[in-house]
Amino acid sequence: MAEGNGVLVIGESQGDELALATQEILAAGRKVADDLGQELAIGLFGSSVEAPAQAAISQGADRVYSVTSPLLADFQVELYLAAAETLCKEVSPAIVLIARTNQGREVAPRLAFRLGVGLAQDCLEVSADPGAGKLLANRPVYGGNAVAVISCNQTPQVAAIRPKVYVPLEADASRQGDVVSFPVDLDASMVRSRVLEVVKEEAEGIKLEDASIVVSGGRGLGGPEPFSQLEELAKLLGGAVGASRAAVDSGWVPASYQVGLTGKTITPDLYITIAISGASQHMAGCSGSKAIVAINKDAEANIFKEARYGVVGDWEKVLAAMTETVRELVQE
Amino acid sequence: MPAKIAVLAKQVIDPEMPIAAFQIDANSKRVVTPPNIPPVVNGFDENAVEAALQIKDSQDASVTVISAGSSFALDVMKKPLSMGADELVLLQDDAFENTVDSFQTAQLLTAAIRKLGGFDLIICGRQASDWDNAQVPLGVAELLGVSCVALGKKVDLQDDKVVVERLIPDGYEVVEASLPALVTVSNELGQPRYPTLRGIMAATRKRPTIWSVSDLELDGGQVEPRLTLHDLFVPVSNTECEIIEGDDEAEAGRNLALRLREEKFF
Repeated sequence: MAEGNGVLVIGESQGDELALATQEILAAGRKVADDLGQELAIGLFGSSVEAPAQAAISQGADRVYSVTSPLLADFQVELYLAAAETLCKEVSPAIVLIARTNQGREVAPRLAFRLGVGLAQDCLEVSADPGAGKLLANRPVYGGNAVAVISCNQTPQVAAIRPKVYVPLEADASRQGDVVSFPVDLDASMVRSRVLEVVKEEAEGIKLEDASIVVSGGRGLGGPEPFSQLEELAKLLGGAVGASRAAVDSGWVPASYQVGLTGKTITPDLYITIAISGASQHMAGCSGSKAIVAINKDAEANIFKEARYGVVGDWEKVLAAMTETVRELVQE
Repeated sequence: MPAKIAVLAKQVIDPEMPIAAFQIDANSKRVVTPPNIPPVVNGFDENAVEAALQIKDSQDASVTVISAGSSFALDVMKKPLSMGADELVLLQDDAFENTVDSFQTAQLLTAAIRKLGGFDLIICGRQASDWDNAQVPLGVAELLGVSCVALGKKVDLQDDKVVVERLIPDGYEVVEASLPALVTVSNELGQPRYPTLRGIMAATRKRPTIWSVSDLELDGGQVEPRLTLHDLFVPVSNTECEIIEGDDEAEAGRNLALRLREEKFF
């Protein structure tokens, strides 16, 4: 592939809405494009993407490729990939950015392999080195115990960025940009997999990812029953309940509760951990919380290195008294 | 014809090792292999072995485990055999040391899969606990041009298709894909089985096939690095933890609630 120019975001939209993670990546892309003195474009995929295209321009894009086909009405990975591959080859950007969402975690590596280039995976930060025209990516490795700084050797340089790290730009309706129609010819025979059934198993009430307060439990709870006490506190605080992988692997709560590297990434205002040791794999999913509270009997536990407030002690006694006091305070 | 199943597995530094043993050599930009802590088979790859053996439990199938690395602890890498896998193929060469470059690793594994005549189903762990790249399996699927389903928690091989329960953020979806296919699995698949005494005995007698890079036919003759590693460091946390005290644990709990109220968290 030729040298390439510009930054291209592979976007996601839901109906008329530009996905939140895509808004975040536009903010990251805007900075990189400005530092390199290049254009920021975004590809949006669907049967029609007019409304999200305008949103993308107001949030930083100079150009929107409206990649449309009747076959793109719903996300199907092989069709979406074929469309993204065609767009990248046609536009030949210097840099491609993708949000590492549920879709992006599959699309990004497969797209990079199709383009024959490397992928900077799961980045927490990307920055431009204008001299070398390089994209430098910081990414956690070894479960978050270390951070690697990497760059891609070929063009385009592709990076998948972790959601909830960047903050979207303020929408500015006066921003100008082009919307370029980019119809793609897709063939239904590209489809190799199909979804037969979707089974939801999420807890009732507020979603874990959206909650401003989350109460999470770990291995130290010793069984499934204590989660009802966590539910009680979460309910009083208008929050949601999460769990560490150890609690999920023990079968105490469903997988959808898991916070961490291989679970959900959450960024609540307040993250209350009960009997969680704070292994880096867990912290990878909650380190963006505004404040972390640790309740743990082991004063040496890693969680106290990451927490703003801590109580060293038996969780049962601490939690019971804390919950009672919270109840009195919210009833005042 | 028995179904041909491959499992791609990686040898990694034990992720459960004490945090104090985790050290980086700044010059080579590598994690120091801790002495006295043996490596392990990547945890998600053991889930992949389990998924393959569950299929073998219920139908005629052979399971071949393939791994790429610069050096192997043979007793560690034989674990899948002692769990019940049939064959072990080790791609061992100094050229395979680069754990950074998923593209290279995928090219090597793809060449080995081709040399072995291809498989009906390839099962992999979702990611390795060292670089957490989650790229090699998807890359192998792309290079082979086969179906790909990521993040399975249940894998059922049927006559001409594979049916996978795959994790989504709020539950799971049931996906079917045509064969040949590659499926990645997560820990939600359940605990891998323990090796049996008989399995361990059988594994001791089995000899792995060992290939170096010169045994493999690579596209374009060689692999070109895709990534450059500039730095590797341990991040520092600068959070100062305020320990909330009390006469007893209950009072500490009450004081914590009051402190959070004071800071207007609720």
